[in-house]
Amino acid sequence: MAAIEFDDVTKRYEDGFEAVKHMNLDIADGEFMILVGPSGCGKSTALRMIAGLEDITDGELKIGGEVVNDKAPKDRDIAMVFQNYALYPHMSVRDNMGFALKIAGEDKETINRKVEEAARILDLTQHLDRKPANLSGGQRQRVAMGRAIVRSPKAFLMDEPLSNLDAKLRVQMRTEVSRIQQRLGTTTVYVTHDQTEAMTLGDRVAVMRAGVLQQVDTPRELYNNPRNIFVAGFIGSPAMNFFTAHVEDGKVRLPFGEIALPQGVQAGGDVIVGIRPEDFEDASFVPEHDGHLVFEAPIELVESMGSEIYAYFAVQGSAAQSQELAELAADSGMADVPSAAGEDAQAVARLAPESSVKAGDKARLALEVGKIHLFDPSDGTNLAHRGG
Amino acid sequence: MNSRIGRWVVADLVVLVVALFPVLWIISLSLKTPEQVGDGRLIPSKFSLDNYEAIFEQGIFTDALRNSIGIALIATVIAVSLAALAAYATARLDFPGKGLVLASALAIAMFPPISIVGPLYELWRNIGLFDTWLGLIIPYMTFALPLAIYTLSAFFREIPWELEQAAQVDGATPGQAFRKVILPLAAPGVFTTMILVFIFAWNDFVFAVSLTSTSAAQTVPVAISQFPGASQFQQPTGSIAAAAVVVTVPIIIMVLLFQRRIVAGLTAGAVKG
Repeated sequence: MAAIEFDDVTKRYEDGFEAVKHMNLDIADGEFMILVGPSGCGKSTALRMIAGLEDITDGELKIGGEVVNDKAPKDRDIAMVFQNYALYPHMSVRDNMGFALKIAGEDKETINRKVEEAARILDLTQHLDRKPANLSGGQRQRVAMGRAIVRSPKAFLMDEPLSNLDAKLRVQMRTEVSRIQQRLGTTTVYVTHDQTEAMTLGDRVAVMRAGVLQQVDTPRELYNNPRNIFVAGFIGSPAMNFFTAHVEDGKVRLPFGEIALPQGVQAGGDVIVGIRPEDFEDASFVPEHDGHLVFEAPIELVESMGSEIYAYFAVQGSAAQSQELAELAADSGMADVPSAAGEDAQAVARLAPESSVKAGDKARLALEVGKIHLFDPSDGTNLAHRGG
Repeated sequence: MNSRIGRWVVADLVVLVVALFPVLWIISLSLKTPEQVGDGRLIPSKFSLDNYEAIFEQGIFTDALRNSIGIALIATVIAVSLAALAAYATARLDFPGKGLVLASALAIAMFPPISIVGPLYELWRNIGLFDTWLGLIIPYMTFALPLAIYTLSAFFREIPWELEQAAQVDGATPGQAFRKVILPLAAPGVFTTMILVFIFAWNDFVFAVSLTSTSAAQTVPVAISQFPGASQFQQPTGSIAAAAVVVTVPIIIMVLLFQRRIVAGLTAGAVKG
């Protein structure tokens, strides 16, 4: 086990493209660190640099305090779980899991003992003598995990290990991964583009965008205090709503009303307001309107999830525009939906399941004023952070 | 439906007869006594193994058989080993001049052997390679390499690169990753290539007849062409037929042994299927 340290690490490809830019990140010994971001943000490149599968152009990478820039993958003592598992198809499950030990020259007895112990943890004992081709997707995934844990390496690196599983199995394996990591206490770096995995698994989450680290924090901090509009929009599902607004005389003029500028925020002129869906509520469930802004919203669509209701409504002429938001939209496949500044913004509210809002109605919604986020439209930073 | 199957059966039969009838005929010839050779019957009226006994008693054939097996095997092993390394490099790496290397390899394969036999003959005689095993192994290897490189690199390209990276992360050196992970997976390709190269070397006549002169290096095809008859008035038809059958057997055995490996898709299950 060991700490991993990125010290001003840059990865530049021969064509000049910078996949990772001046990355500084300290991963503590035993920590479960998630690298998350849209595709092409450099998270996999960063992981592969730890593994030694990708050269480091600039900066230093340390594992256990030792600079490993020029060390071959085999000398780094790390284990990696690949997205497509990369099991050796000509070897049985037992040989797959024991391969690294055999290469390391361990004796047969030790290999057998360690493999069988790992198989017990992963519930693979009855499959040890089968070939990967005869296993289900979930079993293959567990073999890939097993190959990593038999070695007791300095760190686990996982590159979207659950993305090839179906939804139900993914949730099951997610808890499994978390359980194994807690049990072994091995430093783990986990790459994913799925913000749910990031939020549920990690001790800390590092959000990346276009090769640049945006924010490294606990899931709760990321959710409650996103440093910029990109993190705010990326973390959370359904995503945060964004509107344009205007700040004047200590007031924030929202498209659907006016509220006081939150304390400690210094802003003037145009801003982008971010509101999480759960910070709206059906006004009839908010007995005291203290701290709430109540307004009428034309509901366009209602999705009932059973445990909650998503109500979609339009907010006139207030669609927020920024490069970060455009990128988020592109990543979620929403880029084709035109939304230019000045157009109507789509918003979603997460309401209690008892709410009786209906599509086509005008519903009275209450906004919890203290929970809004204000962002600088020019660079997307959270104004609360900048203010102090 | 039935008529379709019927048509296929007829077509298959035609192909089988066309392909196998000459083989049957030569087997039949090899089992006939000299008096029967010209009788035009497929099934000999009297079976005899005299021809087989005769060719194995003649030193010319056993020597040639030894030469053929040795030369073809050595040429195959060297060619496929070298080709495996070259093919791996061309499949995995991007290096300057890669296109040129592949193109020149292909150009060599396109040379008609007959065009270089003359120069080779002179050269070999001058440097002492004439009528030696090495004198045949070198041209066989050279001509087989391009084919082997092309076949093998197609197989290597099929293998997911992650497997090699996984092996490296697991602590393997690049050499170990190649030997323990890549090569076993490319085994069907390696065997296919080996068989192709072996058959090429085994069947060659042009080089063998030009670059050898004695039983020190003469291969079977050459030896057969030089079989003496029992007397100067007699054609050695029976012996030639028997020798032809004998040299066909190793090829058939090889293909039968390895056909399962050639066909098997070994990479199934490597990645999410």
